[in-house]
Amino acid sequence: MKDHTQAHKYWRENLKLLTILLSIWFLVSYGAGILFVDFLNQFHLGGFPLGFWFAQQGSIITFVILIFVYVRKMNKLDAKYGYTEK
Amino acid sequence: MDIQIMTYVIVGITFALYIGIAIWSRAGSTKEFYVAGGGVSPLANGLATAADWMSAASFISMAGLISTQGYDGSVYLMGWTGGYVLLALLLAPYLRKFGMFTVPDFIGDRYYSNSARTVAIICALFVSFTYVAGQMRGVGVVFSRFLEVDVTTGVIIGMVIVLIYAVLGGMKGITYTQVAQYCVLIFAFMVPAFFISMMLTDNFIPQIGMGGKLADNTYLLEKLDQLNTELGFAAYTDGSKSTVDVFFITAALMLGTAGLPHVIVRFFTVPKVRDARKSAGYALLFIAILYTTAPAISVFARTNLIQTVEGKSYSELPEWVGNWEQTHLLAWTDKNGDGKVQYRPGAAVSGKSPEFATEVNAAGETVTVFGEQGNRIVTNPDKSNENELFVDRDIIVLANPEIANLPVWVIALVAAGGLAAALSTAAGLLLVISTSISHDLLKKQLMPDISERGELLSARFSAFIAVTVAGYFGINPPDYVAAVVALAFGLAAASFFPAIILGIFMKKMNKEGAIAGMVSGLGITIFYILKFKFNLFGGGGAGGYWFGISPEGFGTVGMLVNLGVSLLVMRFTPETPEDVQELVEDIRIPSGAGEAHAH
Repeated sequence: MKDHTQAHKYWRENLKLLTILLSIWFLVSYGAGILFVDFLNQFHLGGFPLGFWFAQQGSIITFVILIFVYVRKMNKLDAKYGYTEK
Repeated sequence: MDIQIMTYVIVGITFALYIGIAIWSRAGSTKEFYVAGGGVSPLANGLATAADWMSAASFISMAGLISTQGYDGSVYLMGWTGGYVLLALLLAPYLRKFGMFTVPDFIGDRYYSNSARTVAIICALFVSFTYVAGQMRGVGVVFSRFLEVDVTTGVIIGMVIVLIYAVLGGMKGITYTQVAQYCVLIFAFMVPAFFISMMLTDNFIPQIGMGGKLADNTYLLEKLDQLNTELGFAAYTDGSKSTVDVFFITAALMLGTAGLPHVIVRFFTVPKVRDARKSAGYALLFIAILYTTAPAISVFARTNLIQTVEGKSYSELPEWVGNWEQTHLLAWTDKNGDGKVQYRPGAAVSGKSPEFATEVNAAGETVTVFGEQGNRIVTNPDKSNENELFVDRDIIVLANPEIANLPVWVIALVAAGGLAAALSTAAGLLLVISTSISHDLLKKQLMPDISERGELLSARFSAFIAVTVAGYFGINPPDYVAAVVALAFGLAAASFFPAIILGIFMKKMNKEGAIAGMVSGLGITIFYILKFKFNLFGGGGAGGYWFGISPEGFGTVGMLVNLGVSLLVMRFTPETPEDVQELVEDIRIPSGAGEAHAH
């Protein structure tokens, strides 16, 4: 069996990042856009009730940002462990 | 210039472009045919994925659907975009590292089992065929509406075009035509949106205009909520589905998106793992442009529609009303005989679309009969409610340029955009079908000794057969297309998604667990959808839904069942072999992804 200590450290850091990003993913869509939509609709963002905005605009915008943050963080993580591809 | 000629010119130019690209990017090997040689840049792949993903339904129907559903329509917006986060974070990089051609490849190798591969092939074929039939239909409909040929001719023209570039170019040809198709479709979608946003709210960016103020200084959304409630609809920003249902449908669409084979396979076409991550980001960015604009169009169009028609007599209505009556997408039936239009909740006509009265004139021709105000007379009104106006949801996007009085070239552009959306998705799906047959079935199972040339030839031949079958369903659509789409998403969510995730994130998951999971997840989802959508096994209405979850959202439950069964069975069956555990270790680290290769 190969030695995977290095790989396992990398994997744990990766899982930690995934947990954080997916929590945000869950919060903006299922949280703000669905479960707490009525509560958030009391507040307004310009002409948008806030919950409605999250459901039809905010969640999608956040999704895009999340992926680009993930790309940046993972590139750094790859470099840290010497896994950057040539 | 006449609309018709203009449409021919613009559609003709775009078609010439697609075919030109196909000839330039012919595939010479199976690797080029299946994964474009694995050399597509992340940006190009992002554009192609976006075009592949956004179908005729996204382009033509989604804005209309949201327009009638208001907040409830959010399930499509979040569901069809949120899945990309899962794809980017949980699937794409690892599948790219794994480096094969197809999803059944991964399932078959990771679970060291040809039975698992077969289950995956069946799912991939079923999901893709379901989808592609709808796309061919979309092509036919756009042709028939804008070019005034009949649907059959439209479908056949579409089949020939797709055949040329899918059979000739394979994934390579498809990828580069999709890049062009994305540009056409997004331009066609955005131009009318800019104009209309500017006209209504004085802000040309639709995403901002949607939350902006009207000329009378009230907020657009407040105005629409008020209009909706006055007419007896639920307030636009509230919706009427239960929270549980919205939650489950959104989840099923997200999980299904992340499990759809024609989307996953796109990430095999980029050179490196880091490119796979990045191209998922680009794909979602390009998709988000349309998906954040669509709800704005929904709001503009609904406000426009209500203010234009409600309480008016037919003769006061603008010219486009009559034009769209002709296509059976719009109709007015004066139920209370006051000569004015009343738009209310409920079905205006019985059946799917309005039928108009005709008579045979002196010359023996069948002609339409018009009412006193020049309206066509509906012969199938549904008298059980007060709604007098039939509005097909497709009209919201298709008629938008006319409603807003935009120039002729914009109308022609929308036709070209709709065709680009339908053709790009159809091509992507056909590729999955032909790959499943020539690679997964022939090469991997039935004829392992087949030569490279033989495999390429069989891939082209199966693409040809697939187009023909898809075309047949396009011309003779089963009337349960909408129901089958729910099934496609449900199946992808309940079968592929958990099997792939567990394969990557749980080293110990073995073949017994994965197969039992896929079969039970699929089984229960199929059962539920057959019961409530097709009325089998005793059928049942909305009242009988388990936990209030509609069939569209049941894929989420199927996914959970799959997960539970997999974990349970894994405990009582032999452990995963050492070499497979090593394989999992290997796909978790990005370096040394190599090229996509055949084994």
